[in-house]
Amino acid sequence: MAAKTAFDRVQLARANRRPTGRDYIKNIFTDFFQLHGDRRFADDPAVVGGVALLNDRPVTVIAIEKGHSSQERIACNFGSANPEGYRKALRLMKQAEKFHRPVICFVDTSGAYCGIGAEERGQGQAIAENLMEMMALKTPVISILIGEGGSGGALALAVADQVWMLENSIYSVISPEGCASILWKDAGQAAEAAASLRLTAQDAFDNGIIERIFPEKYLGQYRFYKEIKTALTWKLSSLSSLSVEELTERRYQRFRKIGTSNLIGG
Amino acid sequence: MAVLKFSNKPKNELEKSKSAVPMPQAQKEPVVNCPNCHKDIPRSRLSNNLLVCTCGYHFRMSARRRINAIVDKGTFVEHDATLISSDVLEFPGYKQKLFVTREHSNEVEGVVTGTAKIGGEECCIFVMEPSFMMGSMGTAVGEKITRIFEYATEKKMSVVGFTVSGGARMQEGLLSLMQMAKTSGAVKRHSLEGLFYLTILTDPTTGGVTASFAMEGDIILAEPGATVGFAGARVIEQTTREKLPWGFQKSEFLLEHGFVDAIVPRGKQKEKISYLLRIHKGGVDCGC
Repeated sequence: MAAKTAFDRVQLARANRRPTGRDYIKNIFTDFFQLHGDRRFADDPAVVGGVALLNDRPVTVIAIEKGHSSQERIACNFGSANPEGYRKALRLMKQAEKFHRPVICFVDTSGAYCGIGAEERGQGQAIAENLMEMMALKTPVISILIGEGGSGGALALAVADQVWMLENSIYSVISPEGCASILWKDAGQAAEAAASLRLTAQDAFDNGIIERIFPEKYLGQYRFYKEIKTALTWKLSSLSSLSVEELTERRYQRFRKIGTSNLIGG
Repeated sequence: MAVLKFSNKPKNELEKSKSAVPMPQAQKEPVVNCPNCHKDIPRSRLSNNLLVCTCGYHFRMSARRRINAIVDKGTFVEHDATLISSDVLEFPGYKQKLFVTREHSNEVEGVVTGTAKIGGEECCIFVMEPSFMMGSMGTAVGEKITRIFEYATEKKMSVVGFTVSGGARMQEGLLSLMQMAKTSGAVKRHSLEGLFYLTILTDPTTGGVTASFAMEGDIILAEPGATVGFAGARVIEQTTREKLPWGFQKSEFLLEHGFVDAIVPRGKQKEKISYLLRIHKGGVDCGC
């Protein structure tokens, strides 16, 4: 079997049959209690969040939900969050900080929603605030990219102590179609663009952007979720042993070093 | 607040407009056609008026010119002047693009950083460069902005930042995206020390820069008529198939929706910035 191309993985990451955020919540945690609303404007169904137990430990779980059926997909806006979604996520993270609960985010979005209302309500500001606040959050954060990691809309839930990706998930600064239409004025050359953007999990790992890749051989099966659950349990116990200063310093340095080997001069 | 009537026509770079104007006689003064009021305005008059047309339209301004216009004469000390990005991902055409851009823009990267005095007030400053791949943020831009915030944090100084950017630089892939988190982290650390950060949004400020340090100022000012937003207007139109409201994503629109503190025309900026620096002097002792 030929190795998968970057664009094969883009298509797998977008596939309808892929498990979505809620599937991970259901299969990894118990007693999930969903919490709604950003306390500012609305509840964004593209972002699902709440409290749950990981083994017996209370955690805050936040997931971008794409939905399975077309009805579900329309209801959650195909996993493209509005500013309210990011603000709800931040509210829940601050709550987690207050009650010393770790935060686990599942990221799966083609990008933050591009709409008139989203701009009117400050999409850029909402993402910016998350980046800034997550960097200083005084509780452990782990983010897992389970499908599409579309630009700022994905990063807004992925400023974490550990960032993990599934084998066929992608993480990119721009969609391959968007990139192709800028570069070659032809969205049809998305496959070439996908290869150039270095958006696969392996690329992200090689560039020091993520810590771990989960294989998808048993995607959606018991042992698949079990592997993630075990990894979360172990990592959270080691992150929890750090002092708050050490935790936030390591998180800062984690991002601080990214790209520095690419620089010349100065 | 300056009330500006802006046209929907694309903004021309000053240089472009210049070349579009035929010069019948050598001695006749060159003029620039304003894309807003469509009048010809003599270049010298535009230069003397900080590249602002009599109708109030603000032409784009290079980083060096802006620094000269804003900071006290002779006080600017540049940091990391030679720090540049390389084509680590071997992205199609990027090497060539960097080469050509460096030849034509007189800058080696998309932002100029340093320390300066503005109206006698010392501060750190960063100014993004529109002619360098529209101020897009790659690893060097992210690093320079992070370093100036770290320097300001260490020296307990305020930061003044002029933003102009098309967003994260596609050609450096995910490494560019990560600069959003990196710069935001540096802004947060500066903020936690009780220090002051002022941003001035200029045309255009979009994408990953809007979604990071541009929107993280303690006080956010904007130039009249500047386009400021996250997603591009054309993308939104294509996605939603809705007609965009008049003045959508202009700084006046952001003021109305509560995302900028004030719109300050170029001629008033120095005075306002030095006032804000003065009242935030020495930061805030939070007592913790």
